[in-house]
Amino acid sequence: MSPAVTSPQPDQEFNVRLEQRRRGGALWRTAFQLSTIVGIIALTALLYNVMDSAFGYVAVENSVDPASLAIGGVPLEEQSKDQLVRVLQANVSAGLFRRFEDDQPFAERGRDSVLALILERVVEPQVVETWSLTDSLLRRSEVLAEAASSYPNAIVRFEAWIDPDFVSTPQSGDPQRAGVRTAILGSLWVIAITIGFSFPIGVGAAIYLEEYAADTALNRLIRTNINNLAGVPSIIYGILGLAILVRALEPLTSGTLFGLTDPTSANGRTILSAGMTLGLLILPLIIINAQEAIRAVPGSLRQAGLALGATRWQTIWAHVLPNALPGILTGTILAVSRAIGETAPLVVVGASTFITVDPDSPFAKFTTLPIQIFQWTSRPQDVFRNLAAAAILVLLALLLAMNASAVLLRNRYSRRLSG
Amino acid sequence: MSAMPDESQTSIPGLEMETNGHYAIAMRDLHVYYGDFLAIKNINLKVARQKITAIIGPSGCGKSTLLRAVNRMNEQIGDARTEGAVFFGGHNIYEPQVDPVEVRRRIGMVFQKPNPFPKTIYENVAWGARVNGYRDDMDALVEDSLRRAALWDEVADKLDQSGLSLSGGQQQRLCIARAIAVRPDVILMDEPCSALDPIATLRIEDLMHDLSDQYTIVIVTHNMQQAARVSDFTAMMMLDEADRAGMMIEYDKTDTIFTRPSDQRTEDYVTGRFG
Repeated sequence: MSPAVTSPQPDQEFNVRLEQRRRGGALWRTAFQLSTIVGIIALTALLYNVMDSAFGYVAVENSVDPASLAIGGVPLEEQSKDQLVRVLQANVSAGLFRRFEDDQPFAERGRDSVLALILERVVEPQVVETWSLTDSLLRRSEVLAEAASSYPNAIVRFEAWIDPDFVSTPQSGDPQRAGVRTAILGSLWVIAITIGFSFPIGVGAAIYLEEYAADTALNRLIRTNINNLAGVPSIIYGILGLAILVRALEPLTSGTLFGLTDPTSANGRTILSAGMTLGLLILPLIIINAQEAIRAVPGSLRQAGLALGATRWQTIWAHVLPNALPGILTGTILAVSRAIGETAPLVVVGASTFITVDPDSPFAKFTTLPIQIFQWTSRPQDVFRNLAAAAILVLLALLLAMNASAVLLRNRYSRRLSG
Repeated sequence: MSAMPDESQTSIPGLEMETNGHYAIAMRDLHVYYGDFLAIKNINLKVARQKITAIIGPSGCGKSTLLRAVNRMNEQIGDARTEGAVFFGGHNIYEPQVDPVEVRRRIGMVFQKPNPFPKTIYENVAWGARVNGYRDDMDALVEDSLRRAALWDEVADKLDQSGLSLSGGQQQRLCIARAIAVRPDVILMDEPCSALDPIATLRIEDLMHDLSDQYTIVIVTHNMQQAARVSDFTAMMMLDEADRAGMMIEYDKTDTIFTRPSDQRTEDYVTGRFG
C-alpha cells in the first residue's frame, strides 16, 4: 500500500497491492509498445530493402567505344544528322537499317532520334554490375576501386532506377530502357473497372441488407456467407474469373459482342475481365464495410426523417447515406488498396507478362504493376531486380496517391456534415 | 371526461366521426405487441383537439409505445404488432389502405433527445416540407416555422450553420420547428425536455402553450410538475402486475388528476409516494 495515503482505519477487507497492480499495467504497456516497434521495424526493413536496390552505382560497358565512331575528329555528339545516318549505316546490318527506314524514313527523323538509335544499337551500353545503395554510400571508394579493376572499360555512374523515363517508357527486354508505363496504365484501367463494378453493387447490397431486408433466417445466412466470402483466397477468384468472365462470357469481355474488337484476334483476357475479377474479390469487403458504416448511423436520424412524413428511401438518401459515406469510402479505400496489389488472380485470368502497347479500352490486353514486378523478379539477370525495386516504389507511390485522395475526399464530406 | 377502459365505451358507434370534431385522435381497444410480448393493452383514449394531453406513469409502463402507436412509428421496430383502432380525421390509421407516410406528416413527432439532422438550420426545417412536395415560398415557410418555434430571433443570421452547432434547448426547438414545417395537425412529444436544463425546459413549455392554439399536443413526461404546468388533460398509465402489460388507469382533466384523483394508485404516484 502506498504510504502517502494513510486512512484513519486500516482496510481489513481490501488487499490493495497497489505496487503489483501498477507493475502489471506497466508490463502490458511495454508489451504493446514492443508490438508497435516490431511493426515499425518490419516496415522500415521493407522500405530499406526496396530503396537499397532502387538506387546505387552501376558499371556500364559499351560494345563499341563511342570515340571510335568519330568522323574526321568530329565526335558523335557534334556530328550532323547526315553524318550520324552514315555512321549508323556503317555499323548495323543492311537488314536492320532497312527496318529502321521502314519504321520511319530517315528523312523524317530528327537528328536526336538518329543519335539515340546509334547509342542504343551501335554503342549498345550493357549494365555489367550493380551495387546496392548502402554500398554506394558507405563504401564508395571500395566500389569505385572494384569497378575500375574488374571492368576497366566500363563507365561507372550513380543510377536512380526510378526516374521520369522509367515511369514514361513502356516495357522492354533491355533493362536500360525498360519502363512501367504500360503497367501503370494497366493498373489504373483495371482499378477503374474494379471500382466501377464493385462500388455501386457493394453499396447497393449493403443498403438492402441493412435498411430493407427483414431479419429472417435466409437473410442471416446471406450475411454470414458474405463474411465468409471475404476470407476466400484470391486465387479462387482468379479461377472464377477465368471460368466465367474469360471463357463463358468471352463475347462480352472481349468486346466482340459490341463489335469493338477484331473477332479473329480478340479473347477474354482483357482489362474488363481482370477488373471484374478484382471487383468480385473486393465486393464482400465493400459490402461488409458499407454495412458497418450504415449501421453506425444513429437510428434517431432515421426516425426523425420518417416522423416528418418522408418515405424510407427519402430518409436513406438524405440522411443515412451522407452520414455513412465517410465510413463507406474508408472501407472502399482499404478494399481497393488490396485490389491494386493483387497478383495471383490476374495471373490466372491471363495478364500479359510482356506487353509494350498502352491499353486503350476495357477490351485491351494488359499488364499491371504487381504482374510486372513479379515478372522482373523471376528473371535470371540481377539487373532486373533493380527494376523490380523501382517498380515497387512506383506501386507504393500509386497506392499512397490513391489513398491520400480518398482520405481528402472523405474528410471533405465529414467536415461538410458536422460543420 | 373520464375515459376508463370499460366495455361499454368500446362499442360506441361513430367514434371515428368524433375525430372530425371535438377530438383530434380517438383510440379504441388499442393493443401493441412486440413479438409475443404484450406491451400495452385496452387503451381507450380520446385526445381533445388543440389541447395539451399529458401521459404520465412509471418507467416501462408503455407511455412511449402508446405515443408511437399514434403515428405508426412502432412499425419501425421489427416485430411490433398493433391491434385495435386509432382514429384520426374520421379514419382508422391502421386500415390497410392508409399510408403510414401520410399519417406521419399529419401527426408529427418530437423525440426525447434532440436529433437535428447534421445539416444547416435552414435545411433542417426545409427538408421535411420539400420531400412532401411543398411548392410555395420555402424561405417564408422556414422563417414562419422558426418563429412559431420561438427560435427565429436566435438563428436568423446563421441559417446556414449546422443544426448541431446549437445548444440542446435550441436543438429541441429546431426539432419542433422542423415538425411544424410540414403542417401537421398533431404533435407528439416523447419526453421532449428530459435532456434539457430547467431554463431550456421552461422555454419549451412556454412554446408548447403557444402552439396549443393551433396544434393538438400529446406529451409523454416523467416530470409530474411539467404535466401539471402544461397539460389540459392527463392520462395515467401503469403496469398490470398480472401480465406485465401497460394499461391506462385514469384519464381526466389535469386539475382533477393532481388534486382529486379517483384512483388510489394515481394519487400515490402524483404525490410521489410511489413510482
